[in-house]
Amino acid sequence: MFTKILAIFWKDILTEFRTKEIVTSVLVFALLVLVIFNFAFGTRADGMELVAPGILWVALTFGGVLGFNRIFAVEKENSRLEGLMLCPVDQAIIYWGKLVGGFTFMLAIAIVITPIFLALFNLPLFLPRLALIILLANIGFASVGTLFSAVAINTRARDVMLPILFLPIVFPVIVAAVKATVPVLAGESWEGILTWLQIIIAFDIIYLVVATLVFEFVVEE
Amino acid sequence: MPMSEQGSASSSWAIEARGVSKLFGERHALRGIDLKVSRGEHLVIFGPNAAGKTTLLKILSTLVKPSSGSVRLDGIDIRDKPAQIRRKISLVSHQTFLYDDLTIYENLKFYGKMYDVPNLEQRIQDVIAWVQLESRINDRVGTLSHGLQQRASIARAVLHNPSILLLDEPEVGLDPHVRSVISDVLGSINSDIRTVVMTTHNLERGLELGDRVIILDRGKIVYQATKDEIGTLDFQQVYEQRTGMDV
Repeated sequence: MFTKILAIFWKDILTEFRTKEIVTSVLVFALLVLVIFNFAFGTRADGMELVAPGILWVALTFGGVLGFNRIFAVEKENSRLEGLMLCPVDQAIIYWGKLVGGFTFMLAIAIVITPIFLALFNLPLFLPRLALIILLANIGFASVGTLFSAVAINTRARDVMLPILFLPIVFPVIVAAVKATVPVLAGESWEGILTWLQIIIAFDIIYLVVATLVFEFVVEE
Repeated sequence: MPMSEQGSASSSWAIEARGVSKLFGERHALRGIDLKVSRGEHLVIFGPNAAGKTTLLKILSTLVKPSSGSVRLDGIDIRDKPAQIRRKISLVSHQTFLYDDLTIYENLKFYGKMYDVPNLEQRIQDVIAWVQLESRINDRVGTLSHGLQQRASIARAVLHNPSILLLDEPEVGLDPHVRSVISDVLGSINSDIRTVVMTTHNLERGLELGDRVIILDRGKIVYQATKDEIGTLDFQQVYEQRTGMDV
């Protein structure tokens, strides 16, 4: 099972390494969001620790929408999804292979974007708790984004369809991530973060289980 | 022993379809197809556009579920163990299923891992030699002509040594020269002990490759005969009479 998940992951990484379609578009979009907000709010605005989390998560979430649009688009071209579905594997393995790829792309983008965000808004650069929040929220984003990417490729207006499906479902994770980021940027203790982290973890589990179960019906003709 | 495995051991048919129908919304793509294909037989399916040829192959390949009826491949019901069925079959269509940004070798390695092909490296070399693409093995698929991509697609299809090969108009969109090269490759399949079901519009090629032919029209089998039965018949006339269409 893991060999096949890794095979799909390796194939997606190799393709992305050569085309740079996902990483480039998401990175440019996320950077633009950060720069625009930086011009709008400056770096010395009062209550920046309250505004900055929203800016970071807008960049990561809407950048994510762009990226997830491409996750299954590559399989739609040349009927490659049919080629994948002909393989003697459970459809859930295809989902997990694509999920691991999507998660890795989004994490790579967050690794580039977050230090730039912290520098632009004059915030401390070393925030391991923020890294943990991003890691956990990315699991939720990738699990829902991968599923709805598969749904959207079979619709005519897939670029519009994905955000319409994706954003309302991941809303609890976005809210929890923003709320958990506020005390981290304000340098508060773990106490104010833990509840939000638990909410993110709970939704991650729900998303992963439900998406794994329903993926077969999504890709079925 | 589970039922399906018993079936596998005792069934003399590679493919057995009973009363297979498929509805897409209100439209009947297939209407009660009964079809038996014995092991090692080469069946060619003719029919005009929208006759249901591709839908039938997609059902046989487990990609599409029939609305009613049953299909057994090597005695195993495709609804019971689709993953086991997929190990036995392969589908070649005018879509190659290959990734343009990966090389032929990388594509074959990927599919080989997905099918758990033993001695994968050696097997890749063997199938690449068979389709005569040794010199292009490290070229990205997107840089190849359609004809070369189709040869690579055939290599992908036989990589896991399927016992049932489904060919859905594999020669569509190819120029005559490339088509003849592809035909040679497909023709050499005859030397293997492999069941082949192929759809085509090309009567001459179909009659050449098939042991038996059927004509599908509006989702129904309207004619079937063995190569010997066709004999000296003017098959083009038969086709036009049965489908009401010119070839």
